[in-house]
Amino acid sequence: MAKALFIDTSRCIACRGCQTACKEWHGLPAVPTRQRGTHQNPPDLNPFNYKLVRFTEAKTAGKVEWLFFPDQCHHCLEPSCKGTAESFAPEAIVVDKKTGAVVYTEKTANLTAAQCKEIQQSCPYDIPRRNDKTGILTKCDMCIDRIRADLAPICVKTCGTGAMNFGERDAMLAMAHHRLGAVKVSHPKAQLVDPEDVRVIYLVTNPEPALKKQGKQAVESYSRRELLGGLVSPFRRMAG
Amino acid sequence: MTNHWIDIKNADVILIMGSNAAEHHPISFKWVLKAKDAGATVIHIDPKFSRTSARSDMHVPLRSGTDIPLLGGMVRYILEKEKFNREYVAEYTNASFIVGEGYDFKNGLFSGFDPSAKKYDQKKWVFTVDENGVPKRDKTLNHPRCVFQLMKKHYQRYTPKKVSAVTGVSGENLLKVYEIYAATGAPGKAGTMMYALGWTQHTVGVQNIRLGAIVQLLLGNMGVAGGGINALRGEPNVQGSTDHCILWNTLPGYLPLPTSDQTTLEKYLRANTPQTHDPKSVNWWSNKPKYVVSLLKGWMGEAATSENGFGYGWLPKADPGVDYSVIFLLDRMYKGQIKGGFILGHNPAQSMPNSNKVRKALDKLDWLAVAEIHNSETTDFWRRPGVDPKKIQTEVFLLPSCQRGEKDGSITNSGRWLMWHAKGIEPMGRSRSMGSMVVDIFKRVRALYAKESGAFPDPILKMVWPEVYDADGVAKRINGAYTRDMTVKGKQYKKGEQVESFLFLRDDGSTSSLNWLYAGSYGSAGNLARRRDLAQTSMQARIGLFPNFSWAWPVNRRILYNRASVDPNGKPFNAAKPVIAWENDKWVGDVPDGPAPPMASPRGKYPFIMQMQGMGQLYGPGRVDGPFPEHYEPAETPVRSHPFSAQLSNPCMKGAQSDMDVLAKPGDPRFPFVLTTYGVAEQWCGGVDTRNTALLLETEPQLYVEMSPELARLRGIGNGEPVVVESARGRVEAIAMVTVRLTPFTVLGKTVHLVGMPFCFGWTTPGAGDATNRLSASVCDPNVSIPEYKACLVDVRKAQKVTELHV
Repeated sequence: MAKALFIDTSRCIACRGCQTACKEWHGLPAVPTRQRGTHQNPPDLNPFNYKLVRFTEAKTAGKVEWLFFPDQCHHCLEPSCKGTAESFAPEAIVVDKKTGAVVYTEKTANLTAAQCKEIQQSCPYDIPRRNDKTGILTKCDMCIDRIRADLAPICVKTCGTGAMNFGERDAMLAMAHHRLGAVKVSHPKAQLVDPEDVRVIYLVTNPEPALKKQGKQAVESYSRRELLGGLVSPFRRMAG
Repeated sequence: MTNHWIDIKNADVILIMGSNAAEHHPISFKWVLKAKDAGATVIHIDPKFSRTSARSDMHVPLRSGTDIPLLGGMVRYILEKEKFNREYVAEYTNASFIVGEGYDFKNGLFSGFDPSAKKYDQKKWVFTVDENGVPKRDKTLNHPRCVFQLMKKHYQRYTPKKVSAVTGVSGENLLKVYEIYAATGAPGKAGTMMYALGWTQHTVGVQNIRLGAIVQLLLGNMGVAGGGINALRGEPNVQGSTDHCILWNTLPGYLPLPTSDQTTLEKYLRANTPQTHDPKSVNWWSNKPKYVVSLLKGWMGEAATSENGFGYGWLPKADPGVDYSVIFLLDRMYKGQIKGGFILGHNPAQSMPNSNKVRKALDKLDWLAVAEIHNSETTDFWRRPGVDPKKIQTEVFLLPSCQRGEKDGSITNSGRWLMWHAKGIEPMGRSRSMGSMVVDIFKRVRALYAKESGAFPDPILKMVWPEVYDADGVAKRINGAYTRDMTVKGKQYKKGEQVESFLFLRDDGSTSSLNWLYAGSYGSAGNLARRRDLAQTSMQARIGLFPNFSWAWPVNRRILYNRASVDPNGKPFNAAKPVIAWENDKWVGDVPDGPAPPMASPRGKYPFIMQMQGMGQLYGPGRVDGPFPEHYEPAETPVRSHPFSAQLSNPCMKGAQSDMDVLAKPGDPRFPFVLTTYGVAEQWCGGVDTRNTALLLETEPQLYVEMSPELARLRGIGNGEPVVVESARGRVEAIAMVTVRLTPFTVLGKTVHLVGMPFCFGWTTPGAGDATNRLSASVCDPNVSIPEYKACLVDVRKAQKVTELHV
C-alpha cells in the first residue's frame, strides 16, 4: 500500500526542525542568506533546500494572523512533472511503485535548462529547482531511503508537535479528515489541499488570498484546478 | 517546574506569560497542543506576537515590565468575584495568618524602609504568634489584620482602569483574560502558568513570579495535575546546574553559602535551620544539618570529623552583605580588582548586560582561561573590532571543550527529571569534557601544593578527588553512601553502600551525599536516570505520569506539593485527574509529599512541606522588597509616573555603579522607545554554538530589530533596511523587521513604541551583527540579582553607514 504524508499546519510552530533536518539527512550544504525583514530563510526553495517553512503574516480588523507553511513536493498521484519529462528524458523522473514517491533521478542531468523550466512550470506547486552547476533537477524525495529501511521521513521524525505525519495513504487521509473536522471549529475556512490528488496532504487554516493585500507575503489560493488552469500563479511570487 | 512537560496536557487553561514557549521550549507545545485538543484555552500575554501567539487562542500584547499590574488586577478580580477556592485558601495558604502591627504599606513603600541603605527592616512584617511561636490564624478570613484582608486591601488599588492605563492592555482584553483564567478556581478545573525569562529578567523579577504563584494558590492550582507554577528551563541544563549550585549564593541542593561571620558549623546551622513548634508542619528544612554534614563528608571524606566540624572551616565564605553575582563580579573586574580567572561555557562579552563595559573589564585581567566549544566573543575579546590586540595585556588560555554527544553525563530537564545520556562519539581533536578539565587542573594545583605548599592548604590537600573524571562515579557520589557499617531500622548497611534516599542521610558523619536532592537517584538499583520504562498504574495513566521513566527529584515525585491536590481528608479535588489519593490507609498515585496521613487526621500534616509553617505563602515576608508584589517601573521607563504610587522604580533595586553604568531618565526624550531582548528558536542562547552550525545560521543569519509599521513610518524605516539602535550605553546596528506582530501601546494616554531584538548575534560571526547587550543595563532584582534584560530605553533611526552587518 502506498504512503503519504499529512501536514497539519494548524500544529506547526515553525521551529524549522523539518527544514534543517531535511538538509542534514540529504547532506545539503548551507546557502548564504541575509536577514531581509522576515524569518523566512532561505527566501525560496533552491537546489539545496527541498523543504522550506514559509511565513505569512497579516493584521485584519486588529487581529494578527501568522501562518506557517512547511513547503515541499506534494508527490502527486499523477505527477505532471513526470508527464512533461517523459518526452525529454525517460526515467529522469520516476514514481516508486512501492511507496508512490515521485523521485528525480540523476538522469535529470540529461535535461536542458529549458526543459527543466518547462517541467518546473508544469508543477502546480512550483517545487522543482535546477542545480545549474550539475544540471540536476532537485526536490523532496520523500526520504525514500529511510522509508525502505522502515523509517519515517526525517521531517516527520524530527517534528515535535504532530504537524508532520507519515503512514499509509488511507490512514493519512482519515487523519486529515478527522483533524479538519476539529480545526474547522476554530478556523471555519480550514481545508485540505487537493487531498485526492497528492501524497502530501496539507491542512491549511486560511486558504484565502485575502491576506495578500495587507501582508508582506501573500497567501495563495490552493485550488489545484485554478493553479493548473493558470488562473493563479504559484508560490514563486511570494518569494523574496 | 513544580509539574512537568507531559502534565501540561492536563490543564483546562494555559497561561503563557513571560515566555515564548513555542520558540524556546518547542517540545512544550507537544503538550500544549494536546491540552488544546482536549478543549483547553491557551492565552499568551507578551509584548510581541510570536510563534507561541500563533498557536494560542488569544494573544494579549503587554508593555514590557508591567506584569505585576496585570496580575495584581487578576488578584483583585478573583477576590471581588469570589472565584478563589475557599477551602484551599483557608487550609493550605497563609491567608488566615494574622500579621503583626508592624506591617504597613503607604505611597508605594512597605513599613521599615531605610532610604539610605535602600533596604527594609523585614522584622516589621512578621506574623502575630501564640505562646509557642506558631502564627495566630483566623480561618474565617475576616480578621482585619489577616493576610487575606491585607491582600484584598493591597490589590483593591489595581483597578481595571489603572491596570489598562499602565500596561497598554485594553480593558476588554483584561476582562477576558481574568474571566477565563479565574474560572480555573472552580473545583475540578486546573490552570497552569508557563513562564521563563520574560518574568525573571526584571528589577521586579522575583515578585513577578511570586504574584503568579499567589494567583495559583488562590485558585487552588498548586499541586494539582495541569496546574503549578512552571518555570521553563532549557536545553542548557539550567535546572541541573542550579540544583548543583551554579549560583554563587548556594551550595549543592539549595543549601545556603556560609558567610564569614558564621565561623563554626553550629553557627551556620543555627542561622539557617528553620524551627517550628507547630506539630502539623513538616518544616522539611529542619533536616538541613543532615544534608550539610553529608555534603561535607562527600567532599572531605575521612578528613571530615565531628571534631573539626566536618571540615566546615575549609569552605569558602562570603562576606555578609556583599553581592558576588556576575553583574558585580564584572563590575569589580572593570575596576581592576580581579586579576584572572576561569570562564566555563559562558560568553559574558556577549550575554551579559552593558557588554561594552564587560569587554573593557576583560581587558583589565592579567590572565583568563576560557573553556568553550567554539571561539566566542569572550575567548577572542582581545581582537574585537575597534581594539588593538597589542594593547591588551591579558594572557588568554583557550581550553577546547567537547559537545554533549561526545561525553557521558546527565541533564536535569525542566520537570526535574534526571536524564542520562551516553557518549555517542569520541571528542573531536584535543577537546574534552569540562569535568575532566576541572579534575586534571585541580590535580596539578594539588601536586604543586604538595610540593611547595601554599596558602590555606587543608581544603586543597584533603578534599576527596578522583584520579580521572568519570561521570558515572560522580553520579554515584552525588547520590551518596554510608561512610561506615550501619544498622538503620533493623537493616544493616555496609560502609560504601549507596543510600536509598535522603531519608537515610544523617548529621553524624555516617553518610555522604554531594546533593541531598538527588539522593535516591543512584541507590542499590543503580543509576535510575538511565530508566526508560513506560510502566504505570491506570491511575497514573490518567494524568500521563511515568514513574519508571528516568528519575525525578525529590524522591521521584513528579508533581510538587501534591498533598495540596487533595482535600483535608485525602480526597482528590479533581476526581478525573487525581495526582494522589488516600485509599485503604495509604497514598496511591504519585510519590506524596511525605508519608503522613491526610491533614484532617490527628497525625496529618500541612501540604507545603518546604515552608516553615507548611502553608503556601500569599504573604511572603522573606522577600527583601516586600511581602506583597507591588508595581514598580523598570529602571529605564518611558513614563515619569504611574498610577499606583509615587514610588517609580523598585526602591531596593540593585545595580552596578561606574562611569559606564549610565541610565536614561524616566521618559527620556533622547531614548523614547522601549527595547525588550530575547532569543530566537534557531539560535541557542548567546549563539556561539548555533552561529557555528552553518545550517542554523542559514535560517537566522543576522541581527534584526522588530518594530511596528507605525514606528517604521514614524522613523522613515523600510522593512529589511539597516538601522541603528542606541541606548544611553551603546549603539548597535540591526536589520529592521517591520511587522504587524508588534503594536504600539497606549500608556497613560500616550503612544509608547516597543521594539524587540534577539541577543544571539556577535562579531565573531562575520557580518552577522554584534551584541545587542551593548544596549542593556547592569541593573537587577534585589532578591537574586538577575539583570533587567527585558526592558530598557532606546532610540531607533535609519543607518547612514553600516560596519557591523553584511548588507
